[in-house]
Amino acid sequence: MSITVKDVEHVANLARLALTEEEKEQFTGQLNAILKYADKLNELDTTGVEPTSHVLPLSNVMRDDVPAASLPIAKVLRNAPEAEDDQFKVPAVLE
Amino acid sequence: MSLFNLRLSEVHDRLHHRDLSVQELVEASISRIGETEGRIGAFLTLDEEGALAQAKAMDASASPERGLLFGLPAGIKDNIVTEGLRTTCASQFLSNYDPIYDATVVEKLKAAQSVTIGKLNMDEFAMGGSNENSSFQLTRNPWDTDHVPGGSSGGSAASVAAGQVYFALGSDTGGSIRQPAAYCGIVGLKPTYGLVSRYGLVAFASSLDQIGPLTKNVEDSAYVLQAIAGHDRRDTTSANVEIPDYTAALTGDIKGLRIGVAKEYLGEGIDPQVKARVMEALKTFESLGAVWEEVSLPHTDYAIATYYLLASSEASSNLARFDGVRYGVRAEDPANLLDLYKKSRSEGFGPEVKRRIMLGTYALSSGYYDAYYKKAQQVRTLIKRDFDQAFERFDLIVGPTAPTTAFRIGEQVGDPLTMYLNDICTIPVSLAGVPAISVPCGLADGLPVGLQIIGKPFDESTVLRAAHAFEGQTEFHKLRPAL
Repeated sequence: MSITVKDVEHVANLARLALTEEEKEQFTGQLNAILKYADKLNELDTTGVEPTSHVLPLSNVMRDDVPAASLPIAKVLRNAPEAEDDQFKVPAVLE
Repeated sequence: MSLFNLRLSEVHDRLHHRDLSVQELVEASISRIGETEGRIGAFLTLDEEGALAQAKAMDASASPERGLLFGLPAGIKDNIVTEGLRTTCASQFLSNYDPIYDATVVEKLKAAQSVTIGKLNMDEFAMGGSNENSSFQLTRNPWDTDHVPGGSSGGSAASVAAGQVYFALGSDTGGSIRQPAAYCGIVGLKPTYGLVSRYGLVAFASSLDQIGPLTKNVEDSAYVLQAIAGHDRRDTTSANVEIPDYTAALTGDIKGLRIGVAKEYLGEGIDPQVKARVMEALKTFESLGAVWEEVSLPHTDYAIATYYLLASSEASSNLARFDGVRYGVRAEDPANLLDLYKKSRSEGFGPEVKRRIMLGTYALSSGYYDAYYKKAQQVRTLIKRDFDQAFERFDLIVGPTAPTTAFRIGEQVGDPLTMYLNDICTIPVSLAGVPAISVPCGLADGLPVGLQIIGKPFDESTVLRAAHAFEGQTEFHKLRPAL
């Protein structure tokens, strides 16, 4: 599998990155090299091998649904680039 | 500086006898930072005033209760959030981030009464092994300032090695505590995945990230681990296990201990001098009555590919939170919301972070998920089995921490794949989730070499016991850079 500049543009859009032309070229080459290296995993037959997403034998960790205090709004908004009426502010979503 | 050559128990003895004050300890740290920081560049944020005020209050307090790390000047890697103390992950994106809570480990350090001096440099979002990916500054290796300190916890390792702080916290995803500890000639411990809470550690690869101590000797490592380990309900991957008394394990007795020497970690690509130091260390273990033989971890060669696919996939998901809406630096004049995301992220992230987000997004994208992400998870199972099988025959596995000593600044920039190969001895251990420590085992051409001691899950006690016994027979941990 070989990655093209077009693939890089598609992935960049999924990742919400705006790349320069130079970056697109660079990443195309580098991702191809890394993925070519990763192809060595295909040397291994993994038929029937369970995937490990996690090393601990944990699945759903449950707790009782008990109401507790949340962080104060003023604190939560402390780092917001823009806020208004106790809410995060963003540019218009609908044009 | 000389104060920091004392072991923790000695420092506490002198504090107890009023022969030393917390203020003096903190002043020693500040003055050493003043002398050396221009050449080392370890700190991104310093809180000298806060630290001094805290020290004075501690000296004035009449309370007989003393925490485990009472009075010790500490540095914290800048991806661990500290309320009211800027936390940047060495990224432009978070250059103005003022955390609104403390990480669990920071709460625990406060309970143990160490004194936080400041926040330490790292590779941006912990992605890298040299600190050259910090978007703010280079950190230099105290042993030779033309060389990297390692990474990603390079600021943590360099600061401890330079005697600026008594100990530091770092985080390890694929070797980011152990490799810089090895490069800087100090002790670095990556605990078992789940032993230390990740709450408040800015996530890179959540199935691998783990916080641990960087110290000058093994005893101090045991004390710091004692202070930070334990179950935390705020981290759902935190293990609910009983925490033993780690310092009680430091008996010096390792007679009969069975050590497996990882054959694959001493093969091609390992510097002959690094290999020689490891072989000498095995003689030391022998002299202590331990027995060793070679063991094979046959899937080692697949670990790096597995790691970069899995860690980058997890990173691409974790770093989606940096959107310029709730925190961080927002790009100016976005045309619309989508443009705001794209511009903020593109301006805020450096090249290595973008590269890994791209790789991870690709590996998770429709049509490639099975070929890359799932395949890597399956190979991770095989790598973990290598360790399970080895630990049926051995108590510990030993090898080098890194194939070479610290490389020169700039030497590997622009060649991500070669840079990734530096992590061949630490990445398999991370994928298996088992604990490992790096301890100094000598020098090669004037630069430190690290010995890696790997243990069974949650058996930090045996790892520390062997490391401590080794240290007791050697002088390597007493070597200091001529800074």
